[in-house]
Order: sequence, then structure tokens, then C-alpha cells
Amino acid sequence: MAAATLVDAIRQALAEEMERDERVWLLGEDVGRKGGVFLATEGLQERFGEARVLDSPLAESGIVGVAIGSALNGLRPVAEIQFADFIHPAFDQIVSEAARIRYRSNGDFTCPMVIRSPFGGGVHGGLYHSQSVEAFYAHVPGLEVVIPSSPADAKGLLKSAIRDPNPVMFFEHKRTYRLMREEIPEGDHLVPIGRAAVRRPGRGLTCVAWGLMVHYCMAAAAEVEAEGIDAEVIDVRTLRPLDEETILESLRKTGRALIVHEDNLTGGFGAEIAAIMAEKGFEDLDAPITRVAGPDVPAMPFNKPQEEAFLPSPERIAAAMRELARY
Amino acid sequence: MSAPHRHRQAAVAAPRRERLGLDADRVLTMYRQIMLARLLDERMSVLNRQGRAPFMISGQGQEGTQVAAAAALRPGRDWLCPYYRDLAFCLAMGMTPLEVMLGVFSRAADPTSGGRQMPAHYGLRRLRIVSGSSVVATQVVHAAGIAYASRVRGEDDVTVVCAGDGSTSEGDFHEGLNFAGIHRLAVICLVQDNEYAISVPHRLQMTVDSVADRAASYGWAGATVDGTDVLGVYEVMVEAVRRARSGGGPTLIDAKVTRFSSHSSDDDQRRYRPATELSDLPRHDPLLRLRSELLEERTLTEARDRELRRDCEREVEEAVREAEASPSPDPADIGRHVLAEED
Repeated sequence: MAAATLVDAIRQALAEEMERDERVWLLGEDVGRKGGVFLATEGLQERFGEARVLDSPLAESGIVGVAIGSALNGLRPVAEIQFADFIHPAFDQIVSEAARIRYRSNGDFTCPMVIRSPFGGGVHGGLYHSQSVEAFYAHVPGLEVVIPSSPADAKGLLKSAIRDPNPVMFFEHKRTYRLMREEIPEGDHLVPIGRAAVRRPGRGLTCVAWGLMVHYCMAAAAEVEAEGIDAEVIDVRTLRPLDEETILESLRKTGRALIVHEDNLTGGFGAEIAAIMAEKGFEDLDAPITRVAGPDVPAMPFNKPQEEAFLPSPERIAAAMRELARY
Repeated sequence: MSAPHRHRQAAVAAPRRERLGLDADRVLTMYRQIMLARLLDERMSVLNRQGRAPFMISGQGQEGTQVAAAAALRPGRDWLCPYYRDLAFCLAMGMTPLEVMLGVFSRAADPTSGGRQMPAHYGLRRLRIVSGSSVVATQVVHAAGIAYASRVRGEDDVTVVCAGDGSTSEGDFHEGLNFAGIHRLAVICLVQDNEYAISVPHRLQMTVDSVADRAASYGWAGATVDGTDVLGVYEVMVEAVRRARSGGGPTLIDAKVTRFSSHSSDDDQRRYRPATELSDLPRHDPLLRLRSELLEERTLTEARDRELRRDCEREVEEAVREAEASPSPDPADIGRHVLAEED
């Protein structure tokens, strides 16, 4: 199979799962005729028909609520929220309904569904096309939260998400859609939900990230390598359920932890990872747990200087790595 | 219709019932379902006042609409997304008094939620009664999704979703009606307008007298009906079901009902409803109305009525006894069914 971008990988996963299971259907704004604003669903309506690739009305709560209803009646919906910034009107349907149907019915009803949504900044998206929303959903029991950073993972994780019996939030960083090409393993390529990946083994410090920040951490790690700093980079891939073991195992080896996320600092998911490290890896720590994150401002500004000031850069991450290594 | 005219008809037969294809047994069954729901509801209230049930929410006054709607459906095949006053609807679809009471006492064996939800959040997959939350109108969108799936799967099942008048102000009400209208889905939205959303009256909830006036703007058929008139509701529902099943699209029914009780056991409606309105409640009782109609047409006798009541009372008592004796949930099970469990 030829090398694919992350958005190609998403499209391949959707097509393969729709081919494999006729219960799988897609709905969202512009996913049909147009093939999605990022072309993630390009060509799927021609191939699978309008009923299975549905251009929905512009109503996010409705998209998620309709998806939930269809899941209750035996379908396997994959709903697209065009930008994660627009997911907030659907928060109630996701949190009060999808996440709780199994629990509140004591297992009588289930709600297997996927909600895909592009997130993240650095694309001149301004306040309302740049947000990171993963922390809101990682807080919610009953949901799974997945964020791939590479094409092969995107395909394998999305295929797993569609087959998963639980509601899965699947966030795709917009900057990663066409950032790189990667060979995707042939055949029915599945990546399990709930397992982190060590992207770069190292002994000097543990760097934990997801989405675009994985790439920036890799760049930072390459930059500080020449200075004798050997950073291990962990791509968590799944925020909920979190693969604590891979993180703690790395910490046992390095004794130093850096957590990087694009979402603003306070209450970001990095705080949860830091708490787990402090609770379960305290004896292994040789330095304070360090976070590099977006600033505590409401959202990412449109203008380039302030957008850059918001987004953690490889340089900022490298600086944090140096400081942590020096401690 | 004038009183003498009605009297003359009754002496002959029951033309309206016959026109609707309902034999005497079916109407008596409906009457019994209303009575059972009423007695169960009253018993729940007593249990609450005795401190044996921590919370209850009543459907009294609305049972006639609900039982009539259920009578037009195929229980177990057609879907119901209920709301919290749908006790009579759920009983008529096949829930048993024991299943209801297990929820009232929040017992482990409560089939709706294992004692997790507040009472009256009815749901049972076996009967296609869909689990709901306390957030009103979310189920309207679910109904659209369920009906979309029925379409895709090539099934002719109808999905009925119930809501109160307050729910019609929610965004999800609009989003659900819009989606179902666009795709002409087999959905019936039954609004039970009891004139109050807790304390907020109809006039502060919407500008129209009947929410069914909004139907056309969604491409839905609309109907307004006196919700205390059991056969009248049945007639409207039969037509809506026929339309839905034959691909004719959704129907928004506004059933005008009266809420007998306070919003819930934690509310006191005397604070916001005029005394004259409260003293007038029996005039809007679907149970009394159907009873006098059936007596008049001699489908029911006083003796048979007493027998039915004793029967229902016994059923309620047995349900209370068995449910109260049933064990509470195990605290150790609090973590179950968060996500799918390994078999």
C-alpha cells in the first residue's frame, strides 16, 4: 500500500469498516457531497449511497442525538463534528446521554458510536477553529477518548473505535492531517484503544504528549540529543482509558517527566497525568514534574504572532527539556 | 353533542367505539390500564409520604392520553421514548407493576436501571422503551435517530416520543423535529400539554395555543386533541400511526391534559396554581370520563367496575410487597456497566 497522509488513513478506515459492516454509517455537516471540509469522507457517498453517508442539518446536538438513536436501534454511527470548536452544543448529548446510557440502564442499553472531530491550532483558525477540547471528555466516565498522531495509528485506531462497544471520542489534529506520509500495514490493520506508544526510546527524561505535540516533542528531542539529553517520547494515543503503565514504566527509567499539551494549562489533561505520576511514581521522581502547555487565555488568537505565542513550539519544548535535564 | 342525544345513542350501542374498530373488551382493557396506573401512582404517593419511597413523580391526569396512544401501537415492536410522566404508557406497553415498584424502591432487580436512576425514568430494552435522562427533550432527537435506523434496516416500526409542554422550548425539540421532517421518518411526537412546566404556565412557554401549530414548519402533520378523551386520542393516534407506517411522515400531536399532582414529591403546586383550578381537577379526569362513558353505553356495570378496582388494588399491593422485600443494590457494583464488560 502506498504511503498515506493521516486524512487518507481516516478515509481508508471509514471505507473499510463500511465495506465490512453494513451497520456502519456516517453523518455530519458536509460529509456527503463535498466529502467533508477536510475531505476525510471524500468519495464515500458515491460509493456507499446517501443513506449511509448523510449530509446532516447544521445542528451538532442533533447530529449526536440522531447518532445515539441509530445506535440504540442497531446501527454503528460515525458522527463528524466539523470542528471540535462546534462540539459544545452537543456536550449534553455526549455527556448526559451517550456516556451514561449503559450505566443508567444497568447494562440494558448500549451506545456503540464514534464521534470524530478535527481539533487543534496552528492553522490560522482563530478562537473558534483552533480549540483543544479533549480534557472535557477525558473527564467523563463512560467515554473513550482517542487522539492519533500518525497515519498508521489513525487508521488502526479508528477501525478499532468503530468496532468498539462504547462511545468513542476520536479527535484528529488538523495540522497532522497532511503533515506526513507513512506506510500503513497491509490488511485489516487494527491498533488497540488504551495503549500508548513509545515513539522514541530514551533514558534521560520522559516526555508525554498527544496529537501535534507528539511531532513537536520528537523535533525537540532531536534538537537536544546533540547536547547529550536522551528524551523518551510517549504518544499516549488514548487519553481515556489512559495507559498508565507505559508512562510509569518510562518514569522508573528516567526519573524526570515533561508533559506537553496544546490545550491551556489549568485543568488540562496534563494535570491528570501529573497527578498519576505524583501518586504512583513519586519514588521515581528526581525532578519536579514539568508541564508545557497553552497559556490560560480563552482561546487561540487569529494573528500570527499571538497564535505562535499560544502554541507550544519545538523550541519551547526543547528549552523545557534542557531545564529538566539540568535539575 | 347534547346530553339527550348522547343518551339516545347509548341506549342503542357505542357508535364511536365501533367506528374505531374497538370491541368492548379492548376498551375495557384500556379502562383497566388507566385504573391500574392511577392506583399505582396513588400508592407511590402514599409510600413517599410514609417515608418508604424517597421520591415520586406523578402522571395522574395524563393516563388517558397515554393508554390510548399505546393502544394504537404494537408493543414490543414499535419504539417508545417516554418521559417521566409516562407510567400509564409504559404499563400499557407491557411493563408490570412489579417492574415499576422495583424502581420506586430503587432495588437491585429494577429492570430499568438497577436502582440507579430516580423513579419514573422508565426504560426497558425488552419492550423497546428507551432509557432516558432527566434532561428534557434529549429523547426527541434519539427518536429521530431510532426511526432513521428503522428506515435503513427496512423495518416498518414506528417510534413514539413523549414530552411535556416545557420540553417544546428546548433546542433538541427543534433539532429532532427538523431532522425527522426532512427525512419523513416514522416518528410521532406526543406532547402532553398539562399547562405547566413545574410552575411556569403555558403562556410563558410559547406563543401558540397549541404546539401542533408548529408542525407544518417542520413538514410534519399536526393535530390537537383533548387528552382526557380516550377514544379521541386513540383516533388521532391511529391516523398518525397509519401515516408513519405507510411512509407519510411524522405527526406532532398536542394532547391537552391536566396535571393533578404537584410537579414531583418535592414540589407544592398550591404555591403557584389558583385554588379554583385545583378544585376543578376532577372535571378533567380521564378515568372518570371514560368510566361514565362506559357505564352509559353499558359496556361497564357498577359491579364489574368494583371488581376491576379490587383486581388492580391486589396487583398493586402484591407489587409493593414483593418490591419492598427485594434487596437493594450492592455498593460493590457501583463500578459496573461504565463501559462494556468482558463476558
